[in-house]
Amino acid sequence: MENKEYTAKDFSSDQEVRWCPGCGDYSILKQVQSVMPLIGVPKENIVFISGIGCSSRFPYYMETFGMHSIHGRATAIASGLKAARPDLSVWIITGDGDSLSIGGNHLIHLLRRNFDTNILLFNNQIYGLTKGQYSPTSEKGKKTKSTPMGSIDHPFNPLALCIGADATFVARSMDRDPKHLREMLIRSNDHKGTSLLEIYQNCNVFNDGAFFGMTDKATKMNQTLFLENKKPLVFGENKDKGIRLEGFKPVIVSLNDFSLEDLWVHDENDRVKAGLLTRFFDADFPRPFGVFYCEKRPTYEDALVQQIEDAIEVKDKGDLDSLLKGSNTWTID
Amino acid sequence: MTKETVEKVVIFFAGDSGDGIQLTGSQFTNTAALYGNDLSTFPDFPAEIRAPQGTLAGVSGFQISFGSTEIFTPGDECDVLVVMNVAALKANINRLKKGGAIIVNTDGFDKRNLKLAGFDEDKNPLLDNSLSDYRVNEMNIIKLTRECLVDVSLGVKEKDRCKNMFVLGFVYWMYNRSLDHTIEFLNQKFKNKPDVLDANIRVLKAGYNFANTCEISSTRFEVKPAKMALGNYRNIMGNQATAIGLIAASQMSGLDLFYGSYPITPASDILHELAKHKNFGVRSFQAEDEIAAISACIGASFGGALGVTATSGPGIALKGEAIGLAFMLEIPLVIVNVQRGGPSTGLPTKTEQSDLLQAVYGRNGEAPVPVVSASTPSDCFESVMEACRIAIEHMTPVFFLSDGYIANGAEPWLYPQSKDLKKISVPMSKVNNTDYLPYKRNEKFVREWAIPGMSGLEHRVGGLEKENLTGNVSYDSNNHEFMVKTRAKKVDEIANYIPNQELDAGSKNAKVLVLGWGSTYGAIKTAVKELLNEGYSVAHTHLRYINPFPKNLESLIRKYDKVLIPEINNGQLIKLIRDKYVVDAIPMNKIQGIPFEAREIKNQIIELHDGE
Repeated sequence: MENKEYTAKDFSSDQEVRWCPGCGDYSILKQVQSVMPLIGVPKENIVFISGIGCSSRFPYYMETFGMHSIHGRATAIASGLKAARPDLSVWIITGDGDSLSIGGNHLIHLLRRNFDTNILLFNNQIYGLTKGQYSPTSEKGKKTKSTPMGSIDHPFNPLALCIGADATFVARSMDRDPKHLREMLIRSNDHKGTSLLEIYQNCNVFNDGAFFGMTDKATKMNQTLFLENKKPLVFGENKDKGIRLEGFKPVIVSLNDFSLEDLWVHDENDRVKAGLLTRFFDADFPRPFGVFYCEKRPTYEDALVQQIEDAIEVKDKGDLDSLLKGSNTWTID
Repeated sequence: MTKETVEKVVIFFAGDSGDGIQLTGSQFTNTAALYGNDLSTFPDFPAEIRAPQGTLAGVSGFQISFGSTEIFTPGDECDVLVVMNVAALKANINRLKKGGAIIVNTDGFDKRNLKLAGFDEDKNPLLDNSLSDYRVNEMNIIKLTRECLVDVSLGVKEKDRCKNMFVLGFVYWMYNRSLDHTIEFLNQKFKNKPDVLDANIRVLKAGYNFANTCEISSTRFEVKPAKMALGNYRNIMGNQATAIGLIAASQMSGLDLFYGSYPITPASDILHELAKHKNFGVRSFQAEDEIAAISACIGASFGGALGVTATSGPGIALKGEAIGLAFMLEIPLVIVNVQRGGPSTGLPTKTEQSDLLQAVYGRNGEAPVPVVSASTPSDCFESVMEACRIAIEHMTPVFFLSDGYIANGAEPWLYPQSKDLKKISVPMSKVNNTDYLPYKRNEKFVREWAIPGMSGLEHRVGGLEKENLTGNVSYDSNNHEFMVKTRAKKVDEIANYIPNQELDAGSKNAKVLVLGWGSTYGAIKTAVKELLNEGYSVAHTHLRYINPFPKNLESLIRKYDKVLIPEINNGQLIKLIRDKYVVDAIPMNKIQGIPFEAREIKNQIIELHDGE
């Protein structure tokens, strides 16, 4: 159902947007505002919840209900909100520090419980709001204010982590590809269960060009791989390269030597292959974008409501007086 | 055989933590309650679920005081000590009054048990005359239990597990109690295990008959029903009363109850109780950690539910930042702290009142949170309802303080009917209210609540400082000072919506006032009552509302020359009283993980009363 009454402008609040000029967040905000009229939900039933960080200012700019909460806890707050109010469309705005460092615990538990919420994980591989320390997704060896000799932390592979936590929807997009981002936002919204959408977002002040190879015209065709369900994995400047599976080992091949039929055909419902795709994470392979994995699994809130209904079915709707009385009483008269 | 009528009896059951002592104690409690005795109980168990058998560390205890008179505490000294092994005797003999009775399971006094409890093999206290001050009733409970079940096909371990029923039957006979309630309980508990059920009932009856026919216990005691206020009673434990109070508050406000919690001693029983009542629409949620538990509650409250989280001190420490957020958002939230011995992991299964200052002050920034405390197991019901009322009607997080002593203790409860409970009014805005401003306040300084789903009222809230009225982010310095003071005023204003502080006993002209809060109630009450009967000039007042204090508290305490503040901590309420009223109150502190004995308080009052 499309709600014709809204335009993107209806979702823009009266607050001045205060990200640094040139920040990738502007593009994401714009795509989210333009997608909102398409999801068919009255705006009073939409809630944006964020943690702390640059991206977490997001709810202030959305003309919906919203909460700018505390660091790392947006996922936990959204869980409670959805448990209490399954009727709402709940969106979680978080960053790589917010969701993978201080809030890592709540992220994995939200994914396994599968509350029907949408997580937009803005990954800029840096701490921006605190002015430029390395984050859990920064590449090893990164020199920042807190790591003048280079970071010695092995970085998280966010999507591999999410697949490991049994997420039911895992996707990736980027700020510089509005069309793809809108598509992924709609897919996230349409999925019933927790949708995890990682969005590569450029921090032009503290980590400019982190995803340059994947966005620059000269290199992006070779460094990115756009996933489409039931389609073979093809990439390259002239769509001349493909990926084949030799056993469990992905291999890059030239389409001069192989035909499309020889290639790995993407299947969104295949958890094992989705796991392999999340491991396309180093320079040898193109970085995949699109829906990695999608699975139907009952949501936590539906099961919770079902238990309440079952309890009422078996015991009748709770009667306060019989609860107060308990099972053993005596009278003094 | 003689039959003697007594006014009050204190029994202490003790054994290994696997001996079923808590069950024995609670069965005796329920039977005494149904008989019409007034009572008070105190379970005392080790932190380890199954500490090494036979050792002092593994001793689990259950104390009950019951009588035909009013009972306010589990009692100072015991009349009867039931011990399943020598470690239980060693750990608890100091609780028994001279001339008291000991019921001994001799099987727990063999060489192995003596060694485990730290006795020399030849120093068996049953044989060395060290118990000559007491009346010792010896019986080999294991042997008697096995003999009673000789033709039953259960394994030896399963048979031995029935031994607590032998003890219970024996004590039932001593106090002339019916077995009916326990038999009914066993029927429920073992309805799917007919052979275990049969064995337990046989052993229970065997214990009863053994007491009747054997010659070791020659006296039978009669404890008549207590003269209590007229009405309908049930037995209740503190955590149970808290859970029921939360459901009642949900019904009285019309808000769904969302209960988010992470397992922690001694608060987990509230979660267990609430999880049983999903047919009241209760949404119970076991979170991944303490922070997630309160965060989920904040989310639920933001969505229009009554969010409640419960924990103990260490959990509160983790929840601090989120409490600050709820304070800043100004949404209803109840934080239950069932206090235990601290600091850090401290004494998880022991009681303490040492989180009061944490509740009042324990957050970053200027973030006053109302604090309500419960004084007895049944008082948890009304007090937690008050905490919910304040949270909802004043749009604020509220602390509800209980502790391990009252959480696990039990007493008879003159339970109310739903029609007697006060409605809680919810300051909810109206859909399409064109004047709605998220942080506009009424005469109580309370903002209107608008929740998702209310069309035309979309707005954003957060932890950043807000502009007055609009709630937009503001870094303006004058606005910040104004908002800090306004939020504080809102909490202070609650004093106008709580009852005045009354005296519990004694007069306004008394020489000494005892000012208490929380679970010290029973001990203070008992001490003051006895002293008043003995002609001392003493009064007692007990606080339920600690932040803000009742409006008249200052004028009340200023009437007295001497104000004594007994606390199970190193002096916390006294800091608040001295700070707020500059009254030089006198501290009385005990920090041993156990409650005050009434006589300790009594002696302290006498000393003050008779001193200069």
